[in-house]
Amino acid sequence: MAAPLSVEVEFGGGAELLFDGVKKHQVTLPGQEEPWDIRNLLIWIKKNLLKERPELFLQGDSVRPGILVLINDADWELLGELDYQLQDQDSVLFISTLHGG
Amino acid sequence: MPAPTCASCHTARANLRRPRSGQALCGACFCNAFEAEVLHTVLAGRLLPRGAVVAVGASGGKDSTVLAHVLRALAPQLDISLHLVAVDEGIGGYRDAALAAVRHQAARWELPLTVVAYEDLFGGWTMDAVARSTAGSGRSRSCCTFCGVLRRRALEEGARLVGATHIVTGHNADDMAETVLMNFLRGDAGRLARGGGLGSPGEGGALPRCRPLQLASQKEVVLYAHFRRLHYFSEECVYAPEAFRGHARDLLKRLEAARPSAVLDLVHSAERLALAPTARPPRPGACSRCGALASRALCQACALLDGLNRGLPRLAIGKGRRELELEEAPRRSVPAADALTAF
Repeated sequence: MAAPLSVEVEFGGGAELLFDGVKKHQVTLPGQEEPWDIRNLLIWIKKNLLKERPELFLQGDSVRPGILVLINDADWELLGELDYQLQDQDSVLFISTLHGG
Repeated sequence: MPAPTCASCHTARANLRRPRSGQALCGACFCNAFEAEVLHTVLAGRLLPRGAVVAVGASGGKDSTVLAHVLRALAPQLDISLHLVAVDEGIGGYRDAALAAVRHQAARWELPLTVVAYEDLFGGWTMDAVARSTAGSGRSRSCCTFCGVLRRRALEEGARLVGATHIVTGHNADDMAETVLMNFLRGDAGRLARGGGLGSPGEGGALPRCRPLQLASQKEVVLYAHFRRLHYFSEECVYAPEAFRGHARDLLKRLEAARPSAVLDLVHSAERLALAPTARPPRPGACSRCGALASRALCQACALLDGLNRGLPRLAIGKGRRELELEEAPRRSVPAADALTAF
């Protein structure tokens, strides 16, 4: 059983508007059988943080295309995307590229 | 799966993968490469000659924020001077916050800023007033059509006001690809034919315009702002959710997920399009009211304002514009007919 994880989840570029305008969230992910990966984190975010219009943040089991994901300031494309296994004290930043111009 | 080492400096950990090349770079090397590429776009396309006074269309959003920041870094090399020009469309609660962001940038980067307002330029029409007027005719989706045409005119006026020789806007590759898709979906061959290239040389007395970020993807623009720690305004305009562009954007994003080069491929496709001689739009003439380039009697901006002032806003867009001119034609001939009978 994996121990609980303390993770910083941040939203920017307009994505924060779906989370009551709050950018930084310090969250504790409960211990569970499986290791926490981004796929599980997205489900957790949907249940616990997302305030409105989930279709503007999520599509299928991933983020909506056009939302960038940075894990510890690195593009998630370099880290296995949904399969990246979260570590304690990781920071995950979601930036919307779809807002304004 | 740890991040690989930066393919450029070979020392730092890579922060991102570039969409076009797939190259993994650290934040610092990426920002340097991004600036070098914008410099190359400007030099290779001869977009901004030495000594140019450049009006930067500044909205406070990500694209114009990145454009102003990059051009400011490149200004000594390019030997150009910059002047931010912001347009106040008169959109309550939205534009005020965006303009605050522009003022903050201007102060921080020590760049001159001029704000021009629709209300002053267009006989009292703010975008909120336009929206109320068009909603009455059941066509609220057309807000962005009005705003796009009026903003283009406002930026031109603002640039002239500050003595600019050139105008630059922050359109990126995704914006261009969305526009190409929209023109295809609307069957707008004239716009498709005009849309290629990095800008317009300034026909009909208009100032030359260019888009130095046209080859930069949306993702890279946003990541540049992130790694350079630039702050920008990112709220959606209240009228935008109704716009057709949103559908083009969703489609494009899905295409990009399957094929990362789709955005730039689409931009290049449009540049290479040639219209059959029979499909070519007629050479534009001058607007009978303001003298700007126009493919009909009135330019788009004057036609829109004309429709608004007559309480018939929908007449000025799309097919309605043809009706407007048909309606005007007999009216013009009425006095002549009267004169004939009287004679």
